[in-house]
Amino acid sequence: MSSNGNSGRALPRAGRALPWALVTPALGWTLLFFVLPFIAMGFSSLTAHEGGGFTLSNYSQFFTNPSYWQAMVNSLQVTAIVTVVSVLLAYPFAWILAEQVPERWQRLALMLAVLPFWTSYVVRSYSWLLVLAQNGVINRALTGSGLMTEPLQLANTRFATVTGFVHFFVMLLTLTIFANLKQLSPSYRKAAADLGAGPVRTFLHVVLPLTLPGIMVGAFLTFVLCIGDYITPQILGGNNELLMPQLVMMQIGRRGDFPLASALSIILMAVVTIAYLACARWLKIERA
Amino acid sequence: MSVKSRNPLSVLKRHLRVACAATALLLGAGSLAGAADLNALIWCDHSDPALLQPFEEANNVKVNVKEFEGTGAGLAIVEQSQPGDWDVMVIDSIDVPRGVEKGLFEPLPEDKLPLADLFPQVKMDGSTVVGGKRYGITEKFGYNTIGFNKTKVDPADMQSLASLTSDKYKGKVAIYDYYLPVIGMAALAIGKKTADLTEADLPALKAELLKMKANAKLVGEVTASQTALATGEVDILVGGGEWVTAGLAKENPALDFSIPKEGAVLWSQSLAMFKDSKNKDMALKFIQYIMSPEGQARLATSSCYWGMPSNTKAALTDDQKKVLRFDEQPGFLARAQAYPAPNADLDKKMQDMWTEMLQAK
Repeated sequence: MSSNGNSGRALPRAGRALPWALVTPALGWTLLFFVLPFIAMGFSSLTAHEGGGFTLSNYSQFFTNPSYWQAMVNSLQVTAIVTVVSVLLAYPFAWILAEQVPERWQRLALMLAVLPFWTSYVVRSYSWLLVLAQNGVINRALTGSGLMTEPLQLANTRFATVTGFVHFFVMLLTLTIFANLKQLSPSYRKAAADLGAGPVRTFLHVVLPLTLPGIMVGAFLTFVLCIGDYITPQILGGNNELLMPQLVMMQIGRRGDFPLASALSIILMAVVTIAYLACARWLKIERA
Repeated sequence: MSVKSRNPLSVLKRHLRVACAATALLLGAGSLAGAADLNALIWCDHSDPALLQPFEEANNVKVNVKEFEGTGAGLAIVEQSQPGDWDVMVIDSIDVPRGVEKGLFEPLPEDKLPLADLFPQVKMDGSTVVGGKRYGITEKFGYNTIGFNKTKVDPADMQSLASLTSDKYKGKVAIYDYYLPVIGMAALAIGKKTADLTEADLPALKAELLKMKANAKLVGEVTASQTALATGEVDILVGGGEWVTAGLAKENPALDFSIPKEGAVLWSQSLAMFKDSKNKDMALKFIQYIMSPEGQARLATSSCYWGMPSNTKAALTDDQKKVLRFDEQPGFLARAQAYPAPNADLDKKMQDMWTEMLQAK
């Protein structure tokens, strides 16, 4: 009896310890590679570049220097355009993949969809430069066919940056929306049809709301990856307007101004956090 | 054979043999790695195997290189390293004092370096000698000036910086994305000396930069600006000199550079040795090799970018000298002015001005 009683008391304790034991490696990893560097970056952002010492000037510069502020505006504009365009392109693509492509071809289609992920950012961006340049594929086709007499300015513009981003992120969104569409039980559509809803009404009132989580998750990922990317705007945008990651890099290159670069990075991170909170609130994740 | 391979004992023996062979290989590699290492913080022109291999073979040493761009990034790498991690560093000649102030560099023995063979104008003792001691030696130099395609523009126009802002070349210009040399060019365009720039000059410099930007199709880093000129996206590169055109001369002989009548900005890179180097003898040998006529020729024609060797006796072929316009250097140097070397405060203001220029529509 007593031994049973002892083990009876020991088991709940072991049971309570087990989840902590399981989660400790992940917590340790997050602490080591996210929390601690973030704290270090926070301290750095509050330090003067010359001479050290506490200062808020790295943050105040962002709010008082119009060209820094403009970099954030540019970043948000580009990110918003990329996200919206990617969603608009990805949804029909995901729907065709999920609904129209036969099951046996879906695997191949999905593999083709993820192909852009196999290429590096740099190669992909330079490839787009070859397509969009003055002597690139598009301009040669337009001038060669007589549709245009002068080549269009496509490369080194915001249009080029957005095109490069959309090419990559539309596939990311397609995958998240596709997964959502595949999880959707056909009985919802049957029920809607039984109740007299046509295909458009069924899509608008049943399918679309139920696939919103997939859209939002994909859109959030697009937002995060797009707003923090340095390479694509650097290669395709021609530096004709600065985005935040480029502004951060500028501080490091020659001057090695890590405090200002840290402050700008934290501001960028704050924007991403706000986007996440908005996304989570909208999806009511806290109630899930 | 197949029956034998299925025998567990045979399989185990075979695996053991493979493991022994692998261990022997690893030990061999370990002993090689232990022979000698030289750790160099460098710009990309020093990572060319054609430059490093002869030195490695002659001295039985492995040169481990880490590339960086910009003095700030380079010094940050050093600050994040342990003392002794690095032996030599390539640095902008004007930034040698920054490293000395941080206590990083070891004085170099002048009697063991071919200083007498250097172009006198690129020794830059004002920067490379601090407190009477030499801490850096200029190994390569060139000009931030006008790079152009001579079949697309009038070469006579390229003899004046005013062409960069004229309507004739609107939309046909790229600007090299490095604020100091291009600000230097803007200074030359408005008749200022790069060495004398002060905060009071910033409004005039900004106006000149904005005029350049209005004519420009793009502002690109090394690869982007070089690609733009090479592919015909633009016909003129502001800030591009032999470092852009010389490497592409074989594929595109139409590319050229000029030193306009107002002058050009002289860029110059130096080699420095770390005070905490654990391998100072080898570090000095490396510097001596780079400064030797053979090392200078290989460095000048590195696959990453070409530039003028600072040693007048560099073992370049006649063709290479022609591409680098070796014989014209005395005239070029007479018209060249040094990189602007602002103090920290002015440097920050110049960078902010550059940021404004980039954001300008």
